[in-house]
Amino acid sequence: MTPLLEVAGLSKRFGGLVAVKDLALTVGGGEVVGLIGPNGAGKTTAFGLISGSLVPDAGEIVFRGHSIKGLPPHRVCALGMARTFQIMRPFPRLTVVRNVMIGGLGRHPHPAAAEARSRAIVDELGLGAKADHLAGSLTLAERKRLELARALATEPVLLLLDEVMSGLGERETETLVREIRAINARGIAILLIEHVMRAVMSLAQRIVVLDGGERIAEGRPATVANDPRVIEAYLGDERLV
Amino acid sequence: MPNGAGSRLVSGHPPIAPASRPPLQWLALAAVLVLLALPAVLTSYAVTVFILIFFYAFLGQAWNVVGGYAGQLSVGHAAFVGVGGYTAAMLSSELHLTPWLGMLVGGALAAVLGAVIGYLGFRFGLRGFYFVLLTVAFAEVCRILVSNIDALGGAIGLYITFTGDPRQFQFQDSRVYYYVALALMLLATGVVALLERRRFGIYLGAIREDEGACEALGVDTFKYKMLAMIVSSFLTGVGGTFYAFYLFSLQPNSMFGIPLSVEIIIRPIVGGAGTLLGPILGSFILTPLGELSRLSLGHGGYHGLHLVAYGVLLVAVVLFLPQGAYPYLARVLRRRDA
Repeated sequence: MTPLLEVAGLSKRFGGLVAVKDLALTVGGGEVVGLIGPNGAGKTTAFGLISGSLVPDAGEIVFRGHSIKGLPPHRVCALGMARTFQIMRPFPRLTVVRNVMIGGLGRHPHPAAAEARSRAIVDELGLGAKADHLAGSLTLAERKRLELARALATEPVLLLLDEVMSGLGERETETLVREIRAINARGIAILLIEHVMRAVMSLAQRIVVLDGGERIAEGRPATVANDPRVIEAYLGDERLV
Repeated sequence: MPNGAGSRLVSGHPPIAPASRPPLQWLALAAVLVLLALPAVLTSYAVTVFILIFFYAFLGQAWNVVGGYAGQLSVGHAAFVGVGGYTAAMLSSELHLTPWLGMLVGGALAAVLGAVIGYLGFRFGLRGFYFVLLTVAFAEVCRILVSNIDALGGAIGLYITFTGDPRQFQFQDSRVYYYVALALMLLATGVVALLERRRFGIYLGAIREDEGACEALGVDTFKYKMLAMIVSSFLTGVGGTFYAFYLFSLQPNSMFGIPLSVEIIIRPIVGGAGTLLGPILGSFILTPLGELSRLSLGHGGYHGLHLVAYGVLLVAVVLFLPQGAYPYLARVLRRRDA
């Protein structure tokens, strides 16, 4: 079976800095893949390239059998790929439901239908009490959920999550891990960048490790965690337990 | 939409409590009825002031689509007034086409110009100041071009002979202009109210907040900004016909100039950009103020002093009501209802 997402030879440089170099990556249907690496490894750049907000210098990106290289983000999203942003970008002066509706209207052009669908997603992610509040008034943890809710409203088959756990407390992280697992159980494949290692280890079936823009390891969580190259890349980084 | 009332009145603000919905709608209906009956008791000078209030509210509402809702700050909307007005005037004098149809042709040509400006601005990602400069530059180029085309009257402009023929958009009774201007204002407001409740309008409110996030959520921001520009420039172009045939004259400096562009944007900004009633409220505040200060300060060598009064008011609004007067008013009303 051909994978859902297939990335090959992906490269991007910013001036003299090579952010991503010859990256290969696949995500199968319904799979959860973790993308880890030290700060500056090129993870978020890779997300930008895959989701269309950055244009690659070289490489190929095939999603559901379509080459999506160079497509604008809204077209990639329409094909069924949604992303969240590491630095959350809610529409602060719109209500929580309105925020989610922006994602939902692409699938449900009628506002009433999109709103009903959005309210269900907002409830599901535990933001029901804040549904009609302005997004600007949410706490950090709630904003993380809102990012997730908006992405889900686009009804993706592949979800790109960029550090949705960072800055959350232990209990909040646990809840979110459960929720992500539930999302995956509905058949949505997930590619996640995460620094919270416990979360990646428990969620991902496969982990890809980036360092200096290059893939240095790939495999099952337990194997990757014991890989000497990975340990070296993270040396001195207390986050890898 | 179940909670449409809030979004219809103040885009992006929490819905108004259901209890307050009927009174506001009745209030709007009552206001329209009063405005319909008003000319019976107004002096002819007061009628003139109301015509200006409606007309500038109409232009402000047209601008509001792209400048308020979509957040693309055009400071060159006078270009559309000029294109619309000159088109209708030329069609009337050269081809004897009634301005009632000419205003639609003028609107269409203004929309073409709007599409060109929008394409350049949005395709090449001009934001903020750069988009402002682009729109100002286009309006200025139009002004200079028209000033130098003899067939369009050059710098002196065109004069329309008064016939008083309604088919020529001319009326013996100035109260007819009152009703035409009122109809334009209500029409544009109806269009915006409709857009606000549809996907198009909802998207615009999000595009204003964060275009990158919109794109990631599947919104074709280029397409919707273009549509907003086209709707806005078409309506503004229609207004050009009214402007020309109400004043019986067209001058490049007054119809394409920066002062008119500023007049167009200042009302929705003071009233509340991106809100349905902002442009109307802004026009009811600013237009009489402008007239009053023109009357009291414009004579005796104080010419232009009314612009100072404008400036002071604008500074006050930016300082104390940064979102405009309407969102503030809506909050006060809501609090009273609660």
